[in-house]
Amino acid sequence: MTLKTEPVSVNLGPQHPSTHGVFRFRVTFDGEEIKDVEPIFGYLHRGSEKLAEERTYAQVVTLTDRMDYVSSMLSNQAYMLAVEKLGGIEPAPRGVWLRMIAAELQRIASHMVAIGFLLQDLGAWGTPLTYAMREREAVLSMFEMLCGARITNSYLRPGGVFMDAPEEFWPTLDSFLDALPHRIDELESYLTGNEIIFARTKGVAVLHPQVAIDASITGPMLRASGVDWDLRHRDPYDYYDRVQFDRPLHNAGDNFARYWVRMQEMRECIKIIRQCVEQIEPGPVRPSHDDVPFLVRPPAGDAYAAIEGSKGELGFYLVSDGGISPYRCHVRAPSLINLTLLREMLIGTLMGDLFVSFGSIDLNMGEVDR
Amino acid sequence: MSEAFLDNSLFRNIYCYVAGDSDGCVAHGYSSGFLPGGWEWVAFALTAFVITNLFIQGALGAVLGLIWGERRILARFQNRVGPNRWGPFGSLTSLADAIKTMFKEDIVPDQADRFLFNLAPVIMVVPVLMVFAVIPVGIGTVVADINIGLLFVIAITSASGLAIAMAAWASANRIAIFSGLRAVALLVSYEIPMALSLLGVLMITGTLSMTGTIEAQDVPFIIVQPLGFLVFFLASLAEMSRTPFDLTEAESELAAGHLNDYSSMKFGVLFLAEWAATIAGAAIITTVFLSGWRGWEPIPSHIWFAVKVVGVLFAIIWIRATWPRLRIDQVLTLAWKGLFELTMINLIVTAILTGAMADREADGSLFSTSELWIMAAVNWAVFFPSIYLIGKLLAAKPYDTDKGETLPAYPVATEEHALEGVAD
Repeated sequence: MTLKTEPVSVNLGPQHPSTHGVFRFRVTFDGEEIKDVEPIFGYLHRGSEKLAEERTYAQVVTLTDRMDYVSSMLSNQAYMLAVEKLGGIEPAPRGVWLRMIAAELQRIASHMVAIGFLLQDLGAWGTPLTYAMREREAVLSMFEMLCGARITNSYLRPGGVFMDAPEEFWPTLDSFLDALPHRIDELESYLTGNEIIFARTKGVAVLHPQVAIDASITGPMLRASGVDWDLRHRDPYDYYDRVQFDRPLHNAGDNFARYWVRMQEMRECIKIIRQCVEQIEPGPVRPSHDDVPFLVRPPAGDAYAAIEGSKGELGFYLVSDGGISPYRCHVRAPSLINLTLLREMLIGTLMGDLFVSFGSIDLNMGEVDR
Repeated sequence: MSEAFLDNSLFRNIYCYVAGDSDGCVAHGYSSGFLPGGWEWVAFALTAFVITNLFIQGALGAVLGLIWGERRILARFQNRVGPNRWGPFGSLTSLADAIKTMFKEDIVPDQADRFLFNLAPVIMVVPVLMVFAVIPVGIGTVVADINIGLLFVIAITSASGLAIAMAAWASANRIAIFSGLRAVALLVSYEIPMALSLLGVLMITGTLSMTGTIEAQDVPFIIVQPLGFLVFFLASLAEMSRTPFDLTEAESELAAGHLNDYSSMKFGVLFLAEWAATIAGAAIITTVFLSGWRGWEPIPSHIWFAVKVVGVLFAIIWIRATWPRLRIDQVLTLAWKGLFELTMINLIVTAILTGAMADREADGSLFSTSELWIMAAVNWAVFFPSIYLIGKLLAAKPYDTDKGETLPAYPVATEEHALEGVAD
């Protein structure tokens, strides 16, 4: 007797514990094996790009906070670079150093979230997540010192930052940077050598570098496939050409490699912040209002500026018609573009890998849908 | 009514207090009760009711305690405080949750098979509570000291897989069906090493009775049978679907698995049964491998039993706090390629040892304490190499470049080329 089997299509999400927001899969399973995946998103669409057309250049920064809400400083930075490029604004050096420090702190926080939730998806119930969140909390407390906000910072302004760091920020930063390597060691001794984690993530959802490049995957995902592409190194913005750092690469291209690259990148962030703290000098944190008024009116034209965000190349394309608000604002959201290979990554793996691979992309639905 | 019931001291103490003058009680040295002759059946019914309630309420109370304890302990592992609002240290939180659950709307999905949907919680909870009937929680404190206790436990705990499959199928939910299929796969795979790991113990004790098993443990069997303990512990974790084998309700994959469509007290009963199964599992491990209620005077035997059960539960919670979940293929591989072989090694070694020391001792037991220690020494000598061997065979290998597991170094563009590309 032969048993008749047929693939079954299952709807996972948008309400599901591990969709990192509101994401929906329509998955065709053959037993536990994934035969087909149809990603469906748009549940968090808020029209940020359209809203930007009705706000002044300084106001749009609040919208960028809410795009990738676990790394809002980096969104701020990418947007401000685009505005500065569009308006030809010369930033104040102290402001640039401060926003580099903020951006690297944000990268640590974002990678911590990515690793914590990846482990949550792997079924390690809460413990790695709370360990990772502890570091993120420290970063958010420092952001509170810098700008009074923890998540939706809106810290950056055209040409610099909104205000100088208070005195107590520097010792806090110093003690955090002293403690963090030990905390990362602690987390890594718990996770990287863990037999179950290695067995679960090794060789799953492998991305070949050529495939990844063809799909314009960027960020830690691309570096986990062994491609040495980091905009901080390739196309230095701000003062990244004045700091030294390594670029961790892994040749496996699987979930473990993506986890590992993020883990190592946090150590590089510490190096970068230390160099920023050494090189920062007193001075104004943003140009005077005579040079850069509240209502920035860039000349008509367009500009694209991209940074190495925590998830990949985060770019803002702005078109100006000479008015006080952008004529068009488009975001190159790394979360969305890194999603494009989801189907190829998932087909052939098992159901248990589905959310792990999804989590290893480290996407943020606020940025995917905007 | 059979006089055999009077052999059970727990039953006898209550029954004879009520019934008094019957012959059996007099033979056991009881003087008088307050019921007249001919009313023994009332005493019998009353006694049965009291004992059953005692154990069931005890188990349910322990479940509330375990849920609270697990939440507190997990919180400590995770730098949190945990529930701390209701009662001292939040100890009434589970009670509040239970009351809340009762007042929820009872929803049955349109497509559900109503009969099976309603039956599944019952099938889930009854066998779990039945397990407590054969577990001696102290000297002479056991509901039914049946002579096939171990077999009864193995047989009755299998019903949980059936109940999960039933609940999953009846809710007509595709995600739930995954849970049901996984439960059956786990059941089929882990029942075998679970039963086989108990055979080693069986060879040493020569009895299936729980009380007999405890009395044979002059040396706790965790020392005499390390492999048996390890396999039984892991198989129990799988049977009660605890981390790292919590595939049936893998929260990050299946949301709540078979519980997805249950609400109100049906959910409550299913949930409660799972936790009761955890306590039952810990109690069985305590009885079979940690010498049950045995300990040193003057601490009462019940306290010893409780302490050991709490210790096992703590280990289970510790594992849940630290380990991620295995994938379904890895779980099944572990059962068939790992635990099965380990039980076989254990069985062969134990068979040789028991055969070599088969003479009956003067006090009627099969093996003296010194013989048990010899067995322990040999078993531990076998334990480490076999674990190492199986571990080597099953462990995930590091990346092998020759097999192409790491991709070839990618030809990265030169600095000039890269900058030129960006300038465009």
